[in-house]
Amino acid sequence: MLGKIFFLLCLSSAWAEDLCSKAVPPEAYYVRLSIKTALGDKAYVWNDNEMFLFQATLAFAMRSQFSGQEYNVSNIVVCDETPRVSFWFVVTSLEDPSRLVSRGDVEQAVRKSRNRINSAFLLTDQTLEFIGITPTLAAPVAPNTPPWLIVFGVVMGAVFAGILVLLVLPLIQKKRKKNQPMEDEDSDEETQVKTAENGPERSGVYNMSFSDDDKFTQM
Amino acid sequence: MDKENESAEHSQDNGLKEITARPEWDNKVQYLLTCIGFAVGLGNVWRFPYLCQVYGGGAFLIPYVIALVFEGLPLLHMELAIGQRLRMGSVGVWSSISPYLGGLGVASMAVSFLVGLFYNMILAWILWYFFHSFQSPLPWSACPLNLNHTCYVSECEKSTPVNYFWYRNTLNITPNIETSGSLQWWLVLCLASAWCIVYICFIRGIETIGKAIYVTVTFPYLVLTIFLVRSLTLSGATDGLIYLFTPNWETLKNPTVWLDAATQIFFSLSLAFGGLIAFSSYNAQKNNCERDALIVGCVNSFTSIYASIPIFAILGFKANENYDDCRNWNILRLTNAFNIGDENITLENYNDWLNYLNTTDPSEVQSLELKTCDLQTFLDQSATGTGLAFILFTEAVIKMPGSQVWAVLFFVMLFSLGLSSMFGNLEGVLTPLLDLHMVPSWMPKEIFTGLICLTSFTVALIFTLGSGNYWLEIFNSYVGSMPLLIIAFFEIISVVYIYGINRFNDDIEWMTGRRPNIYWQVTWRFISPLMLLVVFVAYVIVEAETQPTYNAWNPDYVNFPLADVQYYPGWVFAICVLLSVLPVVSIPLVALYKFTGNSTVTRSNKFRTISLR
Repeated sequence: MLGKIFFLLCLSSAWAEDLCSKAVPPEAYYVRLSIKTALGDKAYVWNDNEMFLFQATLAFAMRSQFSGQEYNVSNIVVCDETPRVSFWFVVTSLEDPSRLVSRGDVEQAVRKSRNRINSAFLLTDQTLEFIGITPTLAAPVAPNTPPWLIVFGVVMGAVFAGILVLLVLPLIQKKRKKNQPMEDEDSDEETQVKTAENGPERSGVYNMSFSDDDKFTQM
Repeated sequence: MDKENESAEHSQDNGLKEITARPEWDNKVQYLLTCIGFAVGLGNVWRFPYLCQVYGGGAFLIPYVIALVFEGLPLLHMELAIGQRLRMGSVGVWSSISPYLGGLGVASMAVSFLVGLFYNMILAWILWYFFHSFQSPLPWSACPLNLNHTCYVSECEKSTPVNYFWYRNTLNITPNIETSGSLQWWLVLCLASAWCIVYICFIRGIETIGKAIYVTVTFPYLVLTIFLVRSLTLSGATDGLIYLFTPNWETLKNPTVWLDAATQIFFSLSLAFGGLIAFSSYNAQKNNCERDALIVGCVNSFTSIYASIPIFAILGFKANENYDDCRNWNILRLTNAFNIGDENITLENYNDWLNYLNTTDPSEVQSLELKTCDLQTFLDQSATGTGLAFILFTEAVIKMPGSQVWAVLFFVMLFSLGLSSMFGNLEGVLTPLLDLHMVPSWMPKEIFTGLICLTSFTVALIFTLGSGNYWLEIFNSYVGSMPLLIIAFFEIISVVYIYGINRFNDDIEWMTGRRPNIYWQVTWRFISPLMLLVVFVAYVIVEAETQPTYNAWNPDYVNFPLADVQYYPGWVFAICVLLSVLPVVSIPLVALYKFTGNSTVTRSNKFRTISLR
């Protein structure tokens, strides 16, 4: 039994080396990592251990998608690793190592576990790219009331309050003055004030000598 | 004609002023700030820097200063003096000088009303952006997703998020001017709020305006200073400033530079609107209007120059950011294609790498279609008017840290600048109506100003249509230009030759205590009228040379996002001509009316005397 398993493993690794030397199969996906862009000073060095982690995460993704099928690191074949840190990979099927899992299935598996794969490498959708698998765009946050209506409401509330105050205040002042006892001079000055406020004046020449010009120059 | 002038002189001599109930300014500062506020408007911020940049930077200042000295200041002094002397709004002033000239005041009033309509629409747009500046992230920073969230909206992807927010979210613009679209409810709301804010300041005429301008006129200077300090610390600011101020003396040989300088000074000082006449009419008669004119004119020009510094520093910063983005895009292309280690190619060693790669594998490099990144091209992306504020500047703001603060400050500043100019426009409408006693005596001033605001709001609803922006451009080009030149020309001719320059000199001597010196005499009599005539004729020639076109935003256009240049259809062009002609047609019409009215009076008098005999 053990012997058979050992034989199959040797066969699959040999098969993997074979795959890499051939042309890129149509089931392959290109992967590109931009570690330094994402992490800057805290960037880790890409080495075989990291590659192993990648294969393990992808096997995990395949297992999550197709429950019951126990994919292993050996099923993830990685080829053409470059200094860019880019490579392509294929997933060999469990039953027959010479057959490759279809693109659609691999894509589904990657999409489902994309977040987990990204987190394993401390990267994002933009820095860990699967060429051909478009990242799902972040849905915009749409609050119930658009914020601009809130600001609009505040501003308009203040403006209407101001208009009301400006319209009602002189009426209140007029009422208050009516209730106070008045002398003739006051009433003259008051009519002068009123005339000034309302613009169009009565005809005739106004004799300035009895009124205090300075007090009412403004309006 | 003589009777009216005599009575004005009588009332002045006896000290028994008929117009004792005329409102007055609280103090001199209020009056000066209001005039400065009227003159300093949106054009100082978004037209002058553009002209400076397009016409060879520092070299543009030469025709600008010449136009200020020989055209701007004399006309400004004349308007302030005549308003202060005759103590009436534009209609009253010109009717006093000669009843045949009443049409001049009516023309000023019409232009003030029409300009007030579209100017407040611009304020409504500014309010819209202001309301949206309180979000994080700013809504114009990213494209929205399409319906099934698979990718970005195509119109936004082809252009930029900033353009998309302006043309689609704000204006919801139609592809051409014939398609009117419907009223955009959000713009109607913003227009209503703009008019309400204007109303609350304008509610009792200069009484409330005088309080409001303390804030609206000083606040923009504060914000400009804050922006100046901030923008000078941004990277790439010096590129923008060098670009702005490097003088290119060659442009001075181009006559359009001189034409644009003259028109810029003219419109910048808000002459011929009647607003300045109205403001100075509320002054005490013994006031040094010469000094006022010099102050207002110089502060206006200083503000233009002062505003262009932070604007261009920020545009330089934006150009640098775009340039870096362009080069980084190229770097990424190279890195991915040649599988070079990530971050090995940097902005510094990009050229070395490119040469190396070109020598080793030129065909591959060719196939990548790398962009040519040139800082100059990005600096050349200038715009004037709404393009500067709502597209270029908003794009720059999202790249600055703390974008919301800068956006809010910027839009409040623009709003204050526009608001203080609106006061002048509305005063140019209100004061003549009050002076002509067109207001029924039972109606308080508050209701009357409210009616003016309500009427203007209703008519301005055309600018909230889908095609509203196109109509606004038409109003801006045709109402706010030629009629003003004609009115100003007739104004100066009336004062100098009909009212009489000697009488005018005497008046000024009485008001200020000093006779106007040789500079004023020469400019009033000869130089300014001549300059106005030349500018007007040149303007007409330049406009008549080409059939007018407009830039339409058409997502279905082949070369989208480039502007789809379209010709105005016949009926629209007829409206344009109507808009230019209608305000000024009142000048000959009123003269004709008075002339026929006089001749019928004299004829009927003769008949009476004959019959009496």
